[in-house]
Amino acid sequence: MDFLNAIVALSNFVLIPAIAYGSQLALGALGVTLIYGILRFSNFAHGDTMAFGTMVTILATWWLQSIGVGLPFGLPTALLALPIGIAGCALLVLGTDKAVYQFYRVQKAKPVILVIVSIGVMFVLNGLVRFVIGPGDQRFADGERFIISARGFRDMTGLREGLALKTSQGITVITAVVVVVFLFWFLNRTRTGKSMRAYSDNEALALLSGINPDRVVMVTWLLVAALATIAGTLYGLDKSFKPFTYFQLLLPIFAAAIVGGLGNPIGAIAGGFVIAFSEVFITYAWKKVLGYILPENLEPVGLVQLLSTDYKFAVSFVILLIVLLFKPTGLFKGKAV
Amino acid sequence: MKETVRNTALFAFVAFLIVLTGVMQSWNTALLILNMGLISAIMALGVNLQWGFAGLFNVGVMGFVALGGLAAVLVSMPPTNEAWAAGGIRVLAGLLAGAGVVVAAILVHRRMKPSRLRALLTLIILVGGFFLYREVFDPGVDAVEDVDPAATGYLGGLGLPILVAWPVGGLLAAGAAWIIGKAALGLRSDYLAIATLGIAEIILAMMKNEDWLARGVKNVVGLPRPVPYEVDLQQSADFLERAERLGLDPVTASSLFVKLSYSILFAAVLILILVLAQMALKSPWGRMMRAIRDNETAARAMGKNVTARHLQIFILGSAICGLAGAMMTTLDGQLTPTSYQPLRFTFLIWVMVIVGGSGNNLGAVLGGFLIWFLWVQVEPMGLFLMEAITASLPEGSAIKAHLLESAAHMRLFTMGIILILVLRFSPRGLIPER
Repeated sequence: MDFLNAIVALSNFVLIPAIAYGSQLALGALGVTLIYGILRFSNFAHGDTMAFGTMVTILATWWLQSIGVGLPFGLPTALLALPIGIAGCALLVLGTDKAVYQFYRVQKAKPVILVIVSIGVMFVLNGLVRFVIGPGDQRFADGERFIISARGFRDMTGLREGLALKTSQGITVITAVVVVVFLFWFLNRTRTGKSMRAYSDNEALALLSGINPDRVVMVTWLLVAALATIAGTLYGLDKSFKPFTYFQLLLPIFAAAIVGGLGNPIGAIAGGFVIAFSEVFITYAWKKVLGYILPENLEPVGLVQLLSTDYKFAVSFVILLIVLLFKPTGLFKGKAV
Repeated sequence: MKETVRNTALFAFVAFLIVLTGVMQSWNTALLILNMGLISAIMALGVNLQWGFAGLFNVGVMGFVALGGLAAVLVSMPPTNEAWAAGGIRVLAGLLAGAGVVVAAILVHRRMKPSRLRALLTLIILVGGFFLYREVFDPGVDAVEDVDPAATGYLGGLGLPILVAWPVGGLLAAGAAWIIGKAALGLRSDYLAIATLGIAEIILAMMKNEDWLARGVKNVVGLPRPVPYEVDLQQSADFLERAERLGLDPVTASSLFVKLSYSILFAAVLILILVLAQMALKSPWGRMMRAIRDNETAARAMGKNVTARHLQIFILGSAICGLAGAMMTTLDGQLTPTSYQPLRFTFLIWVMVIVGGSGNNLGAVLGGFLIWFLWVQVEPMGLFLMEAITASLPEGSAIKAHLLESAAHMRLFTMGIILILVLRFSPRGLIPER
């Protein structure tokens, strides 16, 4: 019984949150990695792109709520608003590409110049998002809060530990799976997807074989907008929306993309989960779980928390550094420009 | 000749902007802008050293600035004797143990041949060492933090004059830069960027959580000053008489006097660093740096040790940022870890360097002053603009309230636009590299 309790406690506090967080990071990292693979620069504005897409989604959610439109089965209205958010974000990224990035692409500027340009875009988006929705916390989740509540689980199984599965966590995982399956189908099976991969592998050869670079770039931005908005909205549903938090997400997202291997979509997903699991594992207080597994006299006195939760950035960063030192192109072979 | 005229005109324009602030708003505001402008210019010089001379993309400026601030506390605050008695030795022993573990792990990793055994041994040392370190360290920290937590709860500093903290801040930042550089400088430019971004966050997380060190988010206030206090000035007969002669009331006079004293101190440091940086730029060393920046492979083929030179300049630039950080904390008179924001302390400095002209020291200084001036003044300008726009809207309308409220966020927006415009239309900055 104690063993079961330990497993339940572990799932409740570590596995489920880490899987949900990992899916969100993976979606974010996919966006970063696509930009890196096709447009060949590290986009520092990605966190704020996510914030922008989420903001549009939130505004659309509020509008839908005000006219009384919602989803059945206790699903959050934000899912219905998601396409509007993606469309808004797509307009934004296509606009910035036309107004800002295109110039440097035509000039064939060095990647680091594009990185600095993206810092400028980051400032603008930061200001824009705060200008429209304000710097504060926004909650926009509605509908049923839990799929399984802790108390319901206890009553059902008779265990001492409860297992809670939030709706947002369930939606996150399902959406992430659907999106990833779609993305890989798109990249591997469709003509456009194949031309994107060709362009990413060898630009000159792709151009020679008649691939239209403008189209590839446009499709990339569209995919990035969709990925960023979905990742941002899921994160916002799960936790809450605050512009500054999204800016800070940049670090774990980049860590995930680099750990997996920049430019490699599978790597981005793996990296997202590696980062999420290690963050949660190292900052979780293990007292409860160990208390169930270990014999009575060995029960831990302290919290058995390896590092305080404020050091979660440190965790993603140390993993990043270790991977870079021992396997510079990431776990799955990424590309180096 | 033409260039000199142009540069002088640009600097005169910035000086005019600050003087205009003095006339239109108040001399107090003008001096505030001037002081932070001086500090920003020093930070920009540090970043320019790394980016302009050597092409290193460091976005961890905030971390080094924060370390400088930490140095100000560690040097100038009086020591908390009770805390030292309660757990100071234990804390130090814990830190030593931690350092020993890391050194031992590195030694084992270096000395042994690559094998399973080596990996296992390194892992055992690291994991076991971590628990050993926590075992020694944690009780010490608890004891220290329990000593009068409302007022102290930390080990305190050395009680030395705060001016000593400025070079110490530079040294502290240099030490951190050495560790970071050793680990991350071999990486590609955008990896280095992410690495430095992460390290800055870690330094900040440390300063927020390690209460025994500098009270964490409880802040350290009331740092000693290198200049007299306003209250003391207002009581000195000599000062009052002089203020009288200038026709100023004592309160204004004393506050202006204090700010001016800071300005003189900061200007002295800025001029010193600027002269050194100019000499470095013109020296064979500076030419070598630029040669490495422009073509690493060629420089390496000429027998230059690129990695060592990169490490050197990374440390130097970071030390300058640390020095500026210590100066800033001195000016504020307090250390508040929550006030360090990457947008303000890392990316804004980058805007300064790019706008001023990367690779040119004078450009970095100009950018420091100009961008800082805009950063401060865009907010009132934005508010003014918003008031003009919303003037026709009825009182109490939600849109009007929202627009007025969000005027505060205009500055981020403006900085981004400026950066993008400069990169597009004048990528070499206001004072281009020669």
